[in-house]
Amino acid sequence: MSDLPRPEALFANINHTPPKADWMDVPVDIKPGRYCYAANPDSVNYVGLPHARKWNPLDDDWKLPENWQEIIFKGLHERLQKYRSFKIFMDICVRCGACADKCHFFIGSGDPKNMPVLRAELLRSVYRGEFTTFGKILGRFAGGRKLTPEVLKEWWYYFFQCSECRRCSVFCPYGIDTAEVTIIGRELLNLVGLNIDWIATPVANCYRTGNHLGIQPHAFFDMLDFFCDDIEDITGIRPEPSFNKKGADILFITPSGDVFADPGTYTCMGYLMLFEYLKREYGLDVTWSTYASEGGNFGFFTSHETMKRLNSKMYMEADRLGVKWILGGECGHMWRVVHQYMDTLNGPEFQNSRMEVPSNPITGTVFKNAASTKMVHIAEFTADLIKHGKLNLNKKRNANIHLTWHDSCNPARGMGLLDEPRFVAKSVVEKFTEMPEGTIREQTFCCGGGAGLNAGENDELRMMGGLPRANAVKYVHEKYGVNMLGCVCAIDRAVLPNSMQYWVPEVDVCGLHELVANALVFPGEKERETDLRGEDLPGLEDE
Amino acid sequence: MKALYSLFLVFALAALALVGAGALGMEKAFGLYIPFLAVAVFVVGFCMRVVDWGKSAVPFCIPTTCGQQESLPWIKQSTIENPSTTGGVVMRMLLEVLLFRSLFRNTKVDLHEGTKITYSSSKWLWLGALAFHYSFLTIVLRHMRFFTEPVPGIIAGIEAMDSMLQIGAPTLYLTDIAFVAAVTYLFVRRVVVPQIRYISLVQDYFPLFLILGIAFSGIFMRYFAKVDIISVKQLAMGLVTFSWVVPEGIGVMFYIHMFLVSVLLAYFPLSKLMHMGGVFLSPTRNMNCASRKFRHINPWKFENVHYHTYEEYEDEFREKMVEKDLPVDKPLAEGAE
Ligand code: SF4
Ligand code: SF4
Repeated sequence: MSDLPRPEALFANINHTPPKADWMDVPVDIKPGRYCYAANPDSVNYVGLPHARKWNPLDDDWKLPENWQEIIFKGLHERLQKYRSFKIFMDICVRCGACADKCHFFIGSGDPKNMPVLRAELLRSVYRGEFTTFGKILGRFAGGRKLTPEVLKEWWYYFFQCSECRRCSVFCPYGIDTAEVTIIGRELLNLVGLNIDWIATPVANCYRTGNHLGIQPHAFFDMLDFFCDDIEDITGIRPEPSFNKKGADILFITPSGDVFADPGTYTCMGYLMLFEYLKREYGLDVTWSTYASEGGNFGFFTSHETMKRLNSKMYMEADRLGVKWILGGECGHMWRVVHQYMDTLNGPEFQNSRMEVPSNPITGTVFKNAASTKMVHIAEFTADLIKHGKLNLNKKRNANIHLTWHDSCNPARGMGLLDEPRFVAKSVVEKFTEMPEGTIREQTFCCGGGAGLNAGENDELRMMGGLPRANAVKYVHEKYGVNMLGCVCAIDRAVLPNSMQYWVPEVDVCGLHELVANALVFPGEKERETDLRGEDLPGLEDE
Repeated sequence: MKALYSLFLVFALAALALVGAGALGMEKAFGLYIPFLAVAVFVVGFCMRVVDWGKSAVPFCIPTTCGQQESLPWIKQSTIENPSTTGGVVMRMLLEVLLFRSLFRNTKVDLHEGTKITYSSSKWLWLGALAFHYSFLTIVLRHMRFFTEPVPGIIAGIEAMDSMLQIGAPTLYLTDIAFVAAVTYLFVRRVVVPQIRYISLVQDYFPLFLILGIAFSGIFMRYFAKVDIISVKQLAMGLVTFSWVVPEGIGVMFYIHMFLVSVLLAYFPLSKLMHMGGVFLSPTRNMNCASRKFRHINPWKFENVHYHTYEEYEDEFREKMVEKDLPVDKPLAEGAE
């Protein structure tokens, strides 16, 4: 984070008043710190996406294919037929501006092209200028413009400054979802080989090894084994997770970020402990897969088709192993895809008819809300266990934690998972305080790094985008002494620690199941002296 | 600048009617042919646009969920903001269309000293939009008395309600005031708020001025120019019953009013005003949110592409898997080529 200005300086630079000049006359200015590096051609090639090449966003020449305009027009035309959402959103925006100050990237950067309406207008103006009669005749007078290389660069720059969080959509009187426009905009860019590496390489990795970090099966095994060592040290209990086990009850899939980076690793240890507890107490058989070892779907940031290809592994693996249903870990994009796309994309092709409507064999609860996809969120699962008193929990172990809750965008606005994690969290921590209204639940703010923008080189963008979330955390930190920010998303767990470090250094970040595992009391475990992070448990002294 | 263009355009249109129907005496054109044509363009255009949207597929179930999902029985679902039944979806749409639910949520962001941001509720746009649309609707309904004989009780009722205060003669309609105030607000907001000004196009100012022009010409006619109402009704009835007549001496103000209305009608299907039809079709609002419970079907198919199968995966990593005792489908010897 060396090039970043100090928080106060960054903040002081935010100016929400747009410049005088008309936005069509303001040329795109690609600023280092606000964009991610261009995609590595090898990764693009690996998944067979078109026009892989080396190019640099800072160069004048992006080495576009000869007929790039034709490709874009054809793609645009096709998508107008294929997506009513896109067509409607191109046609009915009244530019009321209700969405303008709702985007965290606009709030944090002040760049007017980060206002959702203008972000969409970048594409809409070309649609008007090249596809509508009015726009073709009247041109700029009707708000239309031609597709030039400059415009294409502007698309690339600003569509990769949208984390597809959908906050704008909540406020739009017609539900215009700029995320949807961005998704299609990125598809179009992909047609001419313009992606970013933080998306392209994870996509290639997911395709090959099953997870975005490219962890091969033996290494995946080693990493979880290493967590088991730690757990044994802390609790005296050694989990024995199973892998690729045929005939298990449930297949568990989590974002691989949790396997790799702190503090997600503690959440991962939490899953391991919970499953071990359920195995010992109730005989529940949960298996992990090395083949389908990624929940987060980076294909979603590339094209609907790539999303489908990556997502298919979940059902293929469930089928191969013969499990009854799939349990999904704490992940944002994964859940948007699982909830809104998976069944449509891959249900008929890959879901095995032997799979059952998920039911919790321990409590008897049937998850009717997942009747078709056969996939349950772990927050729903654990909430059910706790409600039925199936877990022995000791909140005091989390006594040093004063928690607040970050609703991750995708589960919040693409699913409605709001109260389940809160119920679980409140069952395992003593102190819980909500952030102010307008910053939580469906109005929650993105961490600043969603939709593939969590790279190192775009630090400034992430810190600007993370400001609204951090600011609300800062408020509850200063007012109530909150010191921990909980969430159910692996990208959050990767981005928010940096953002907290920058804006509110006194607050840490954790996942839900880290807290659960801290509180979970195993029969016959040794007295715990530390939490999963190896920090002392001060709240226990009086016992 | 864009606002000025639009203003001039509306003035030019009014002048056109003034000269056409006044000096040139083309009452028939401005009283009958143009309005008829405009209505035809409106109806046909509107339908074509909706059909055009309807032809685009809805491949995925992508509603924006704005509340708690249907989940465990003891967790309270937000049945309207995150509906899992058709009834819920209908309620959600009704709230949206009739009460502008999403705009009601609107907030305003402010930056403060240090590194502080606050959000406050901001209901002015909601109020302005609501006042605008409802008074517009009332005015349109009120005008139905020109096209009906006998005038239905409900329209007479609306009129009576509207002139409740009984100010002046002819009585002042409350909606006229609300309408002009709301349109003015919507315009002023576009000019004064820098962000809104920045995103506004000619197409945003033009309909506002046009509507304002219609309102002013109507009000002027009613309270000052005093056109002959009986003749106007005769003309209107003639229009709808296809026995076209142009009574003498209606007054040129009427033709200006009528022409601006015609322009609005004809412009409607070509413009963002189509949000009136589009709001019902928005997939983020009008779909059931229970997409894990009910399968949504995509009408088109993806091209056949390669999926990375488990067999290919195991073939690549078999040795490493065996090394860690991870189960494999084919033993090492068999798999090794
Ligand atoms: S809130 Fe909706 S209609 Fe208004 S400017 Fe934004 S996208 Fe357009
Ligand atoms: S989806 Fe999120 S990031 Fe994208 S424009 Fe809307 S609010 Fe901004």
